Amino acid sequence: MKYSYYPGCTLSTKAKALDAYGRAAAQVLGFELEEIKDWQCCGGVYPLGSDEIATKLSSVRALNDAKEKGQDLVTLCSACHHVIKRVNDDMKNVEDIRTRANNYMKLAEPYAGETNVLHFLEVLRDRVGFDELKKKVVNPLKGRKIGAYYGCLLLRPSNILAFDNPENPKILEDFIRALGAEPVIYPYRNECCGGYISLKEKDMSKSMCNKIMDSAAGFGAEMLITACPLCLYNLNNSTNQQLPVVYFTELLAEALGIKEEVSL
Amino acid sequence: MITEKRRAEMVKEISGVNPLKCMKCGKCSATCPSFNEMDIKPHQFVSYVQNENIEALVNSKSLWKCLSCFACVERCPRDVKPGKLIDAARQLVLRERGKEYLSPDEIPELLDPELPQQLLVSAFRRYRR
Repeated sequence: MKYSYYPGCTLSTKAKALDAYGRAAAQVLGFELEEIKDWQCCGGVYPLGSDEIATKLSSVRALNDAKEKGQDLVTLCSACHHVIKRVNDDMKNVEDIRTRANNYMKLAEPYAGETNVLHFLEVLRDRVGFDELKKKVVNPLKGRKIGAYYGCLLLRPSNILAFDNPENPKILEDFIRALGAEPVIYPYRNECCGGYISLKEKDMSKSMCNKIMDSAAGFGAEMLITACPLCLYNLNNSTNQQLPVVYFTELLAEALGIKEEVSL
Repeated sequence: MITEKRRAEMVKEISGVNPLKCMKCGKCSATCPSFNEMDIKPHQFVSYVQNENIEALVNSKSLWKCLSCFACVERCPRDVKPGKLIDAARQLVLRERGKEYLSPDEIPELLDPELPQQLLVSAFRRYRR
């Protein structure tokens, strides 16, 4: 199975590990990520103003590229997934945005939200299947206690993201189980890390991440996994507990026995 | 001079939010991770728009403390979407020339070797046009 792949700005620079381990794992699991040619940055956050058009066009271009190839669009970064999925919802359901965006785009055929947007974790759950994933694990992570950190972007707003139960998600816990480790469920796993506030007001994100770290450590987690480069950065700048934080793809590569082969 | 009535209409148009749906339960403020830093709390923000007191909102600290984490939106029993109202008030400020909250000149001293590009693009999108 071949998917259109949208890496996003951070995965080719600071978050190379999220990208490289994900691509390598995809090969082992029997699907291919075909990078969208000349993709443009999604902007990192979804433009909330209902009259915003220009800030959504980079997502529309990627979505239309996938549509023309007849492929689903896959992302690894939580933020890219969030932005592209919400823009796709606008193109499908909001006539005003669809009309005005298409007026800009001048496509052979107007884009109306036809592309299916998937996060890599959804490919693992819904296409590969966690049972199949479990069979491909050669290095089960026995005895490891791992906390899933979801953050905001994968879960909310749940009526559009439709990723998992926004208050009691389990996809990452099921993923952790498939790799042979033990998931640690803790209350702050879907609370915000501070996001972009850490640029100008580092103390705010630090205090939020301290709560997350304390919560995870208090429930017995020995490490955290995330799908978001900004969550990883903010959590690494917290000052309490200091559990190691890695991308979920790094853990996946380790369990599949390919971690050492991947060059970053 | 633009009237407060018109500015309240603009906030409602940009956000697509009807503040009259609010039943003042305060759940948005209870769940907001930035609550302590906000001078006008999320549930109050909704009332300010209802009362057409936009001048207070565009000058509030809250505009720059909201994380767009959507906890208030997800957990609102009336689907009011306070976070979208806050963003709309932020847009009223940012859409005026010279009113950005982040200047490229500030960036060099905010950088560190681990800082992800995602943080810069997100902040630029939320803090300026």
